[in-house]
Amino acid sequence: MTTSSLPHPAAWRASTLGRFLANPAALAGLVLLAVIAAAALGAPWLFPHDPLDMVGTPLLWPSQDPEFPLGTDTMGRDVAAGLAHGARVSLLVGLAAAALSLTIGVSVGAAAGYFGGWADRVLVRLTELFQTIPSFLLVIVIVAIAQPSVGVIALAIGVSSWPVVARLVRAEFRSLVHAEFVQAARAHGYGHLRIVLAEILPNALPPIIVTTSVLVANAILMESALSFMSLGDPNVVSWGSMIGDAREMLRTAWYLAALPGLSIVATVLALNLLGDAANDAFNPRLAR
Amino acid sequence: MSSTASPSRFSRLPALGRTAARALLHALPTVAGVILLSFFLMQAVPGDAADVIAAESGSATADSMAATRRHFGLDLPVLQQLGNYLQHLVRLDLGLSPRYNTPVVDLIASRIGNTALLMSTALAAALIAGVMLGTVMASFVGRWPDRVLSLAALLLYSTPGFWLGLMAIILLSVHLGWLPPGGVSTLGTDETGIAHVLDVARHLVLPTLALAGFYVAIFSRLTRAAMLEVSRQDFVRTARAKGAAPLRVTLRHVLRNALMPVLTVAGLNFGTLLGGAVVVETVFSWPGLGRLAYESVMARDYVVLMGILILSSLLVIVANIVVDLAQAALDPRVRAR
Repeated sequence: MTTSSLPHPAAWRASTLGRFLANPAALAGLVLLAVIAAAALGAPWLFPHDPLDMVGTPLLWPSQDPEFPLGTDTMGRDVAAGLAHGARVSLLVGLAAAALSLTIGVSVGAAAGYFGGWADRVLVRLTELFQTIPSFLLVIVIVAIAQPSVGVIALAIGVSSWPVVARLVRAEFRSLVHAEFVQAARAHGYGHLRIVLAEILPNALPPIIVTTSVLVANAILMESALSFMSLGDPNVVSWGSMIGDAREMLRTAWYLAALPGLSIVATVLALNLLGDAANDAFNPRLAR
Repeated sequence: MSSTASPSRFSRLPALGRTAARALLHALPTVAGVILLSFFLMQAVPGDAADVIAAESGSATADSMAATRRHFGLDLPVLQQLGNYLQHLVRLDLGLSPRYNTPVVDLIASRIGNTALLMSTALAAALIAGVMLGTVMASFVGRWPDRVLSLAALLLYSTPGFWLGLMAIILLSVHLGWLPPGGVSTLGTDETGIAHVLDVARHLVLPTLALAGFYVAIFSRLTRAAMLEVSRQDFVRTARAKGAAPLRVTLRHVLRNALMPVLTVAGLNFGTLLGGAVVVETVFSWPGLGRLAYESVMARDYVVLMGILILSSLLVIVANIVVDLAQAALDPRVRAR
């Protein structure tokens, strides 16, 4: 693809956004994510008490007591409060881990693709190393060594999930580094940093944007698995830990495991819908 | 592309050997990296084996701790410790678990069979189901079977495996009583032969379902996309123009060529599959590597944890080499590279 065949950047951007918003899947994902984000942001006002406190009769089923619309767990904790506060943890870990993965992945991939040569060889090796180690095991090891807290968990997930980004960015940079507009920037005497950040990176953004939604989704899934195994932060309520606590009650109170699980599915589904729709919007010829 | 005549069946073997040798050579720096990384992670652990042993024994003096450190070589400089560590690794010695007082290799060997069984069943099930669903989706692209299945795949793609497993336990085990909720075989029976195999198979169904779900979604989406890509190519049009039956075109021409990316992704996902097995094993009390990892985190037994990390990384490397070989065997163009 040559640059001359592309429409004007502004028009291109507008049509991409238009295609994105015209997609019912994108709208569904946006609405779903907005609801969850609202619950996460509003949790301290909607449920001002500590979600780990006992506030009612234990094991109330949903809609049994209007004060606790989603019921209470074995310790008499409000399930609705747990879900809202859990959304904060999930989204926080998801966003922080994805931001870290993006930072590492874009730096490594851009350096490898832009400079080539021995820098490329070393960085590809590093990427392969982190791609080889099973990421969930690495997360478990890091969290076990450094004590489980929300920050450490986000750090561990971010550190073990960046190779996807690095490979993607490297491929994009390799195909763009010899493009005419990059040569023009070189001829202008621009520095490496300026060429990488201001010239190449904006053109490599579409696949990075699509990957971001997958990164956030995967980080949320990993955090939930970690706290489900009671390896998460013991001081906060998270969807995974709620499911973990509910394991003892599967026979009698299965809603305790079902509700937080549905919250995870809804969040991750929303992110995947957005990712798919973004992909279709960026690649209109492949979309069906 | 080489212009030489296509190699006969016999000349394939040396070519595959070369592919294997190249893949092994390529893997060496990664192996070294894994070992170095786990050594330095081990150094980052607060306290050392002497502390753990002292805590386990319940009584220790400064002298006995110093003796233990000397015994395990913990008083040596870091580089010398690294040298010892490498020497042990070469002899496949991953150290001694302070918790179980057993060589880590023996601990892992006693569990790895169960994990391998679970992973291979799940991978096979996911590949079969994913490729079948993907073929159906691609054949009905844009129509309702495609839309329904695509949505189902997206839902499955968004569902955590451990939760899928728990919901399956609630439905199939607690309410319907069809399948056992956990373990690898029924306790208290000493069945042998076919009865034992059937018993293990019954216990395997739910963990397989929980582990495979996510990958069914991945493989079906991928098969669909790859088949749509291939079906636009000229040779498919040629096959149709020649009057080949539609089913034959779909299976022999389109699907066969679409399987390569599926195989690649299956190999790339081996590590995530292992990570998924860790969680699923804790759901179903499946006595495999994952449960061992969980138990060693709980017991703060970092020697075992590092052994598992190194060994599973090696497994991923082996899996990648197997995928390389499979691709070389299936596609002459990969060999010619």
